[in-house]
Amino acid sequence: MLDKDAPKILEVKNLKQYFNVGRKDEVRAVDDITFNVHEGETFGLVGESGSGKTTTGRAISHLYEPTGGEIIFEGKDVSKLKTKKDEKEFRSDIQTIFQDPYASLNPRMKVKDIIAEGIDINHLAKDKADRDAQVEELLETVGLNKEHANRYPHEFSGGQRQRIGIARALAVKPKFIIADEPISALDVSIQAQVVNLLKDLQKKRKLTYLFIAHDLSMVKYISDRIGVMHYGRMLEIADADELYAHPLHDYTRSLLSAVPVPDPEFERQREIVDYDASVESDGKQRKLVEIAPNHYVRAADDEIQMYKDRLNS
Amino acid sequence: MADKAKQLPKDAFEPLSDGAHLDNEKIAAPSLTFVKDSWRRLKKNKAAMISLYILIFLFVVSFGSALIPAFSSISTHPNLNNLPPRIPGIDIPGFNGTLVQGGARVNAYTGAAANHYFWLGSDYLGRDLFARTLFGTRISLLIAVVATFFDLTIGVAYGIISGWIGGKVDTFMQRVIEILLSIPNLVVMILLLLVLKPGIPAIIIAIAFTSWINMARLVRAQTLELKSQEFVLAARSLGESSFKIAFKHLLPNLTSVIIINTMFTIPSAIFFEAFLSFIGIGVPAPAASLGTLISNGQKSFQFLPYQMWVPAIVLSLLMIAFNILGDGLRDAFDPKSRE
Repeated sequence: MLDKDAPKILEVKNLKQYFNVGRKDEVRAVDDITFNVHEGETFGLVGESGSGKTTTGRAISHLYEPTGGEIIFEGKDVSKLKTKKDEKEFRSDIQTIFQDPYASLNPRMKVKDIIAEGIDINHLAKDKADRDAQVEELLETVGLNKEHANRYPHEFSGGQRQRIGIARALAVKPKFIIADEPISALDVSIQAQVVNLLKDLQKKRKLTYLFIAHDLSMVKYISDRIGVMHYGRMLEIADADELYAHPLHDYTRSLLSAVPVPDPEFERQREIVDYDASVESDGKQRKLVEIAPNHYVRAADDEIQMYKDRLNS
Repeated sequence: MADKAKQLPKDAFEPLSDGAHLDNEKIAAPSLTFVKDSWRRLKKNKAAMISLYILIFLFVVSFGSALIPAFSSISTHPNLNNLPPRIPGIDIPGFNGTLVQGGARVNAYTGAAANHYFWLGSDYLGRDLFARTLFGTRISLLIAVVATFFDLTIGVAYGIISGWIGGKVDTFMQRVIEILLSIPNLVVMILLLLVLKPGIPAIIIAIAFTSWINMARLVRAQTLELKSQEFVLAARSLGESSFKIAFKHLLPNLTSVIIINTMFTIPSAIFFEAFLSFIGIGVPAPAASLGTLISNGQKSFQFLPYQMWVPAIVLSLLMIAFNILGDGLRDAFDPKSRE
């Protein structure tokens, strides 16, 4: 499924995103994280609420000015885009699908104009007829009726709205899509619909995804590689199957132990692994260490051996 | 049950044709735009609709009367002064030209006045009160238009800029507003009278000074809320410019706040003008304003009550109508009240 040698489309190097810097209420939403995303893969980002997943996504799409570190997209540093043309190109290469389908569509705009916003900004349509044709094609791509173009967002269900959001993101023909918990506001039957749509689109349009979620089973289903975040730090990165088969970090283990399984026999004997977050702030210098090939864990020097033993046990 | 299901032959099910799922997504309800939907809800609110009709009526009558030259509000007839209302063909006490004098009802239209009809009576200089009330209403409505204008221009722009830019600019702009707000309107007006003659221009400038502040604050608060909404983030991540975001995303979502607040600014501006005229620093004589009419009528209220009743009723009607209409609009624009 994943081409391991595919070129890196996105490199995040020591990204730091602080808010209210220098004030009493300084928040370190993202604190020194590093990861790469290869072309054509789906990189899942999981972690509990407030662990900095969304902030990471927004920093990548340059909605925030990073406090430190670099975000390199296709060889160019995102925060050093000089010309308007570069900026525009970047804006249409990276698109975001937002979490809340009720908040992400302007209630006062017709679906047609919502979807065509990116087309208008980048002057992708020759004339009005071409613009309408593109909108209709996009609506059909995401499985909606083309007659929906003249309606307003409040007339749609959550799943339909989320698909409108996807159509808007696709309008500018992006290469990289940040899916910021695109399914967590939808009910389960609609979740599958949207996730399968995302998978289809990835195949057809050769998209790269950064898939942010806290639903671990869904992340496993869609992702090739997964990064686990906590307190704004990246704790573990591994291939999806590897991470689920051999979780190394205590936090990952704790997360996985909480995934519900539709089997009452299993559920009765479920063992919840508690995670003590105070370990993280014991003052030791930690960084991501490659314990096994392509399996990184945030560890101090004296912990490396412990993780290696864990992997082999 | 489960066993039975297994015995179904294979051809019991037919695959759906391609594209059949698209039909599931059809929406049968007619598409309603925001304005249509709000209008539909406003129409259901009887009090608001009556207020709307009253306001339209007052607008048409007061501005229409300006086109009739014979209908003068300032021509005086010293021999026809202080006549009570008399409407031809109506014989109801209060409208038939009679007055209560010394405990008995007497006809006031005697001598030179016998052939005159003042529908709403005349004042101490024999001026037609009906014409004067209409003239005063015209001034009140003019003030309403002026207050709306400043609300929509200065207020909205100030609020959006302050909220959207945020940070230090926002703090500075809000402090400026607080300083303006701390100066009483009356003081502004009196200071203005040092440089200007009393009259409509001075009142308009006083209104321009402060009436938009409430609007600016509300718009700023709403902008702050909208700013972090995901659809604004989506527009930013598409590379939309701030100016376009303000017009395409912020303004349309601010319309309800703007319209509703305008409806509450208007009555207070109308009252401000009437108050200034009442205390004698508003519209100068001989022009009429509802405030001066009430002030004049109040002096002889015990003997000639109609001279105060008429302008007082019109002023109250105006303010109540604007308030109820504002209330109705608030309900109509609130999507949560959608049934």
